[in-house]
Amino acid sequence: MTALLEVRGVSRNFGAIAAVRDVSFACAPGEIFGVIGPNGSGKTTLFNCILGQIRPSAGQVLFAGEDVSGLSPLSLARRGLSRTFQSLQVFGGLSVRDNLIAAAQEFDGSLAARLFARSDAGLSERADATIRFFNLGRVAEQRAGELSYGQQKLLDIAMAFMAEPRLVMLDEPAAGVNPVLVDALKHLLARLNRERGATFVVIEHNMDFVMSLCHRVMVLAEGKVLAIGTPAEIRANPAVVEAYLGA
Amino acid sequence: MTELVQLVVSGLATGAIYAIAAMGFTLLWQTSGTINFAQGEFVMLPGFFMLGFLVVPNMPLLGAFLLTVLLSAIVLGWGFKRVVVDPMIRHGVLPLVIATIALGIALKHIVKVSYSVEAQPFPNLFPPGVWNVGGVAVSVHDIGVLLVTLALVGGLQLFLARTTTGRAMQAVAQNQDAARVLGIDVPRMILLTFVINAILAATAALLVTPIYLAKFDLGESLGLKAFYAAIIGGFNQMRGALLGGLLIGVLENLSAAYVSHQYKDAVALVLFVAIILFRPEGLLGKAEERRV
Amino acid sequence: MNRIGWIVALAALAVLVALPHALRSYGIYLLSLWALYAIAAQGLNLTLGYAGQVSLGQAAFLGIGAYTSALMMKAGLSFWSALPTAAALCFALGLLLGFPALRVQHHYLAFATLGFNGLVYLILRNEEWLTGGTFGIRRIARPELFGVPLRSPLDFYYLCLAALVAVTLMLWWILRSPWGRAFAALRDNPLRAESLGIDIRAYTLLAFAIGAACAGIAGAFYAPLVQFIDPTPFGLTTSLAFLLMVVVGGSGRFFGPFIGAALVTLLPEWLRFAESYYLLVYAILVVILMVWCPGGILAIPDRLRALRTATGARPEPVRS
Repeated sequence: MTALLEVRGVSRNFGAIAAVRDVSFACAPGEIFGVIGPNGSGKTTLFNCILGQIRPSAGQVLFAGEDVSGLSPLSLARRGLSRTFQSLQVFGGLSVRDNLIAAAQEFDGSLAARLFARSDAGLSERADATIRFFNLGRVAEQRAGELSYGQQKLLDIAMAFMAEPRLVMLDEPAAGVNPVLVDALKHLLARLNRERGATFVVIEHNMDFVMSLCHRVMVLAEGKVLAIGTPAEIRANPAVVEAYLGA
Repeated sequence: MTELVQLVVSGLATGAIYAIAAMGFTLLWQTSGTINFAQGEFVMLPGFFMLGFLVVPNMPLLGAFLLTVLLSAIVLGWGFKRVVVDPMIRHGVLPLVIATIALGIALKHIVKVSYSVEAQPFPNLFPPGVWNVGGVAVSVHDIGVLLVTLALVGGLQLFLARTTTGRAMQAVAQNQDAARVLGIDVPRMILLTFVINAILAATAALLVTPIYLAKFDLGESLGLKAFYAAIIGGFNQMRGALLGGLLIGVLENLSAAYVSHQYKDAVALVLFVAIILFRPEGLLGKAEERRV
Repeated sequence: MNRIGWIVALAALAVLVALPHALRSYGIYLLSLWALYAIAAQGLNLTLGYAGQVSLGQAAFLGIGAYTSALMMKAGLSFWSALPTAAALCFALGLLLGFPALRVQHHYLAFATLGFNGLVYLILRNEEWLTGGTFGIRRIARPELFGVPLRSPLDFYYLCLAALVAVTLMLWWILRSPWGRAFAALRDNPLRAESLGIDIRAYTLLAFAIGAACAGIAGAFYAPLVQFIDPTPFGLTTSLAFLLMVVVGGSGRFFGPFIGAALVTLLPEWLRFAESYYLLVYAILVVILMVWCPGGILAIPDRLRALRTATGARPEPVRS
């Protein structure tokens, strides 16, 4: 099995504080990989290191066999590594459909060619399919800024998948979402994985969400890897139970 | 050499005035996210307040100044916050920028229409004259300006560092949510920064108007330079505003003497562009991590 | 743009073609000035309204365009070679001005571009050997088209109107292409845009360059329209006026700049009786508009609708 994403010994210090310490893991194509850990365990810092928002102090990030450590978010996106953010990040002034097209229009052809391309960049059909898949049909022509929080969250996640990326990194997709929608979100993500073989890495606080969705889970504590394994293994791991689940 | 020292001293005096306006700018930005494009006009207007008070027979300059401080605190502090900033701040930065630009234009024209288009003479707080210190001639005015500025900066620093209110203000500037949790009356602290900004502006007016004379367009370049000073020094640092202001004042003077008088006004801009390209956090500023 | 938009636009064009026949030469001059201001304001609308990049240097580009065409025509070159030169020069300088924008945002950018305007003004005023300094450049000839001289105010007005139509169509084309969507994405959320493969550096620079080129084109026509140029009309005041045109009309709305330019060029004429109170009244109106409806005049219907459906609903925030 060749890993799609491989993280090798990544560390990140902020002054004297080690936020992430020597973290290594690998995520295979078609896998749903979860990252959990208490607040301040370094999940977000690790994410930011992988995604080029901040530079790791040590270690390497490999994507599809290529060393991508320290590449800009733009280069990572162009290589097929997509992401969502912890907070809502949609284009509030654009319609839902335009949000989705914007999320995929920059991947083919040159900048100059896009000036003379069709207005929808040939992406209308894919946008329609995505709108159906994420149940956004009723609001497709509305401005994203006018949608409810839940609808914006769905759109936010849909945008990450629009360009058919090879890997999507989801930063707390269930945060602030009502329980009904959390459930719907979980099923949508599981379907994406089952039907299209979509691969993703999920950071999440919501334990049930991670345990029922992910194939494998990594537990972080104080910046270090505490355990990696299937949800069943993680539940049975005494160190994890003590550090996190038991609390 | 003597000439150089003279140029530096008078540059410091000009720079001190930029610095006072810049400190007010920085305070407003830190506590409320307000960018005041009318800052220059906030210095211009108190000059005319003082002229107005001086019409009263036997009014001493200091008396007029104190009354002006009071009036400025009400109009340019409380009034500005209530009428312009409060209703607009939630719409984001741009509408407020536009509104303060328009406010600046309005203030200029109010003075132009209601007072005069011509420059008005303005009494100097300091006696005319030149001191000779070891062969270097320095004007009493320049020394006075520097002393007043030092006292003002020192007083403000003491207030911010030593008093409960000052520390509460700093907490608000650093993290409003945390300040709220600590039970600090955040809106009151923000109002206080607006009042302090108005007082700073009134003081700058007292120092600058005798040199440039009271004229409606006095604030045009002053406001711009105050902003540049704040950025050059570091927008999140009061000391930065002081350093930036002094630096601009000195370099302007030196370049006017040795390079080109005509491009004196470009000095601040060139420094500013260099700073945002190479050290956007400013000379003394701390880098702010890019936020989501 | 929908069908109603096209019908309104064509009707407006018909009025603009017919109107000058009812006007004296001063009215025709004002209308020509409006057309040129609308060109420059549309450029700024792309930079600011669509791409969210604050620029307060539009008057500098108007000036660079005007001096380029005036100097080239004085040197015996044709207007038709000066026009593309002015546009290209401003495009290049706009790119250059965009570089600070890659580092800083909002207010920093506002002051950086304002400072750029100040610098250009200083150069126009001080470099007498080139620009004539405060004496300016006199007796700028009006151009010929296919050997036909366009000397009369009416002929030159039609040339300005043609330029306005051409620039408007060009901008419409740019904004309806995927570029328009990318500009809006840059405005609304650069961080997300970058993570979706949108090259925000390239689009930021393009937004500045295209906006500047529009002002350069307007400037190239401005010189032969007024026939005498000095640095005064290219100072900060004019840049602020352009900003007001865009914001008052409705930032990020295609026809906002037309309304904004009309208010800024024509209103002073109607308010002549108010004399110097005019700018005061105007500035106060802008403050009120910003407090009540930051989306500008074209957003007022939306604002009223929002007020009717949900009392206390907040107006749309303007992003930048």
